[in-house]
Amino acid sequence: MILDHQTVTNIARLARLHIDESDIDRYASELSRILDFVEQMNRVDTEGVTPLAHPQEGGLRVRDDIVTETNQRESFQKVAPEKEAGLYLVPKVIE
Amino acid sequence: MHNKSLTQLAADLVAKRVSSVELTQHFLNRIEQQEILNAFITVDPGFSLAQAREADQRIQQGDKTALTGIPIAHKDIFCTKGMLTTCGSHILSNFVSPYDATVIDRLNQNGAVILGKTNMDEFAMGSSNETSHYGAVKNPWDHTTVPGGSSGGSAAAVAARIAPAATGTDTGGSIRQPAAFCGVTGFKPSYGQVSRFGMVAFASSLDQGGPIARSAEDAALLLNVIAGFDARDSTSVQRQTPDFVNEIGGDIEGLRIGLPVQFFGEGLDSDVEGIVREALREYEKLGATLIDIDLPNSALCVPCYYVLAPSEASSNLARYDGVRYGYRASGYSDLIDMYMKTRAEGFGDEVKRRIMIGTYALSAGYYDAYYLKAQKLRRLIAQDFAHAFERCDVIMGPTTPTTAFAIGAKTDDPIAMYLNDIYTISVNLAGLPGISIPAGLDNTGKPVGLQIIGQYFDDARVLNVAHRFQMTTDWHQRAPSRVQP
Amino acid sequence: MNWEPVIGLEVHVQLLTNSKIFSGASTAFGSDANTQACAVDIALPGVLPVMNKQAARMAVKFGLAVDAKINRRSVFARKNYFYPDLPKGYQISQYELPIVGEGHLTIDIDGGEKTIGITRAHLEEDAGKSLHEDFHGMTGIDLNRAGTPLIEIVSEPDMRSANEAVAYLKKLHTLVRYLDICDGNMQEGSFRCDANVSVRPVSQQKLGTRTELKNINSFRFIERAIEYEIERQIDILEDGGTVVQETRLYDPDKGETRPMRTKEEAHDYRYFPDPDLPPLELEDTFIEATRQTLPELPDAKQKRLMTQYALNREDATQLTVSKELADYFEAAASATKGDAKTVANWINGDLSGYLNKENKEITESPVDAQQLALLIDRIHDNTISGKIAKEVFEAIWHGEGNADDIIDNKGLKQITDTGAIETIIEEVLAKSTAQIEQYKSGQTKVFGYFVGQVMKATKGKANPQQVNEILKRKLDA
Repeated sequence: MILDHQTVTNIARLARLHIDESDIDRYASELSRILDFVEQMNRVDTEGVTPLAHPQEGGLRVRDDIVTETNQRESFQKVAPEKEAGLYLVPKVIE
Repeated sequence: MHNKSLTQLAADLVAKRVSSVELTQHFLNRIEQQEILNAFITVDPGFSLAQAREADQRIQQGDKTALTGIPIAHKDIFCTKGMLTTCGSHILSNFVSPYDATVIDRLNQNGAVILGKTNMDEFAMGSSNETSHYGAVKNPWDHTTVPGGSSGGSAAAVAARIAPAATGTDTGGSIRQPAAFCGVTGFKPSYGQVSRFGMVAFASSLDQGGPIARSAEDAALLLNVIAGFDARDSTSVQRQTPDFVNEIGGDIEGLRIGLPVQFFGEGLDSDVEGIVREALREYEKLGATLIDIDLPNSALCVPCYYVLAPSEASSNLARYDGVRYGYRASGYSDLIDMYMKTRAEGFGDEVKRRIMIGTYALSAGYYDAYYLKAQKLRRLIAQDFAHAFERCDVIMGPTTPTTAFAIGAKTDDPIAMYLNDIYTISVNLAGLPGISIPAGLDNTGKPVGLQIIGQYFDDARVLNVAHRFQMTTDWHQRAPSRVQP
Repeated sequence: MNWEPVIGLEVHVQLLTNSKIFSGASTAFGSDANTQACAVDIALPGVLPVMNKQAARMAVKFGLAVDAKINRRSVFARKNYFYPDLPKGYQISQYELPIVGEGHLTIDIDGGEKTIGITRAHLEEDAGKSLHEDFHGMTGIDLNRAGTPLIEIVSEPDMRSANEAVAYLKKLHTLVRYLDICDGNMQEGSFRCDANVSVRPVSQQKLGTRTELKNINSFRFIERAIEYEIERQIDILEDGGTVVQETRLYDPDKGETRPMRTKEEAHDYRYFPDPDLPPLELEDTFIEATRQTLPELPDAKQKRLMTQYALNREDATQLTVSKELADYFEAAASATKGDAKTVANWINGDLSGYLNKENKEITESPVDAQQLALLIDRIHDNTISGKIAKEVFEAIWHGEGNADDIIDNKGLKQITDTGAIETIIEEVLAKSTAQIEQYKSGQTKVFGYFVGQVMKATKGKANPQQVNEILKRKLDA
């Protein structure tokens, strides 16, 4: 298996996904199978090949520096889970 | 009425043979009658009929365009202002978008009516529509089989004649594969042809919206409205958009059709192969020539895709954190716990699997082996196409290796599910246009799709080649038996 | 053992654009929470970024000013991490290919110069703000700042003391304001600094373990934080301990640094090219056009002031701290008949003192360059003495009119009439027989006493030179 219990735990935390302890091994085996499958990529020698990130490889279009947006807080915050005084509320952040 | 093409419906509207309200009500009734299909996540008759009334006024005033008054179903991945946009997920189960996607906006400007939001695999991650939080969709041709995915609801709706046409999105085959399974025409435009603004992102470098319709002509009509440059999408291509309807109809004498040997090999159902070969003979009759071509790396497009798409998705889906919109878990101990529970409860299994794969593929120490390797392979796959197109004008083959499979048949085997897209994925990796059109029925009466792939921004030619086939055959007019008349 | 501190700085500079780097929302500071956070800024599903050209232009301007390599092709990458003030769950930044490559900045230190290497400067978006006041035990999130364009300027670990770090930071601060790409407001967070600090034995090549000091928002605090951190690390090492690589926060109240309380997870940002943004490609014409907009830079201006106005290095350095101050100097120096050195002394002395006391910028000075020039003219033409000029300056500062009005109204005009001065001297000498005796017996120091008496009698208005001459003549007669 490519992924062990600890690695799955770490990835889940990095991805902010809670996984019950009892499910971790199931995930480890499922994900390992997928990784094992994608490793077929290694059958092709890609030495010296330039990576292709995107069908469009350059020439980012830029816009002029103009303010076009207006205040839509009320509309946006209609769908907010928890808010007060125009702020989104989250469990206490400790620095 | 529901068997008519978009062009016919438009003509009926202008001639006042029917009003938009009547037309919309007719399809709303049909949706209700066919509720068993589960093709829609959200239907809002009040909303649709209000739009229909406005359309009727426009028609009355002579202020109409080709789609004014025509109800169109939308994959629930397009943000629609004032209507739920769930993307097939629990995490967006309460999300009413405050804005319209560009695709929706353009259709609204043209006076089209939003018929409803169609079911889909959660965040477009799936090939059977079974990963939807809102339940699987049934294939109208055979209720025990899947409609394909991820735009399964849209394809099923068009096939069942409960929507005249629909929108879909295609990241690895999500328009073409369900179109093939449901016996309709599904077109994935060149990357950059249709704006992605307001289309919930799955894998940004691969996603492309497009039409699902009953014919290439209808698809062209819909594409005419939704395609074109959009300043709000940095990947939208700034070039003159042709009138796709005008572009179809030309003959295809001398057309060189490339047949990749890899698309006709192991894994292809013999029935499907037979029907595709039959369709190719039809093309020969129309004056085209068939050329064998080689896409040597195409077999590896699935592994390549299952690194790149999950990598982008793992990042695209990070915004669903329960802070600004969408679902938030109710019981949590602190911020991180809130994040982890919200996302664990809000996402389904397949989405979680892909987020995990993508997170791993991008993580320190594995990036080169997975993500970078896949990007290099992507280059080779794109180059294969470039070389092939030196010898041919379009590429053809089956859209899928088999016809629609049974509901539940592949849910426990992600890799078997992934391999369903083996002929469609490479097109997304290269950013090319591709269409699936009905080419016949297999020995159990299920539709078979023929895929036509074109060069970058040769979308009009792809549509025309599809259209020529539909001018001399009637496979695209076949409807599932229980739908008739 | 002797220890050598090694310091590198990462400076976040908010660019002075009207709109955000990837959206059309305003960047203005201080609006009501979330009223300047548009759909793109709050990362609604389906929204996409579109790059602000002005942000690219400003980054290039900075790059040209530090003589850096401008990358014709740069790539936006996503830096992935979860934080409530980061709406997308990733920050759009630049990683492998930043817009600005290697450059350098020269600082004045201990009377000499030192060149500090700049590793790179990249474009990125700012995050929102977490407000920690109590909302029923929860934190409030304001996303107005989210998406404000930043350049992050990364230095080489070239600084060897807190003093050098501050000099570098001040120089950078001066430069970005010269370039008009940042307002430099540290209170509002427009110019923020993180410091990487380590120490090593003096002769050692290998760098010690570093700590990162986060978000220190004044020059004074950065100096104190670095000094504290250097001492702390040396204490640990001298006690045989090891420095832990970590992020620390500076507490200005306690004057010390402490580790961030959030458990530092092994950060794994999973950078990858942003698929929503193709690479940014810059044309040579764009770069050249931007070069044309460069103003005279601080170093060039300093050298010019030294030669053109015969100023010393220290004066020229002080005058070029801001473009506005240098402009003020040049305006005053060209308007007055007095010499430039006097103008420099007034600006770096009294004027700066008044400005500091009232926390004003040079542009807010109640005494403008023309008024200062007139005042110096009156010293130059002997209407008033330098000492009286200070009184006049104060009156101008308080809005009592220009130098001439004040001299007139207050009768401060210098007495230059020889006859009048002689009369006063006669009176003083008549009352000072004892002091005359002392002077005649060789105690010439008492001369100052006579001058003082004359000045007292004239309320300081007698021309000091004439007083000296006449006194000397009479006493030595």
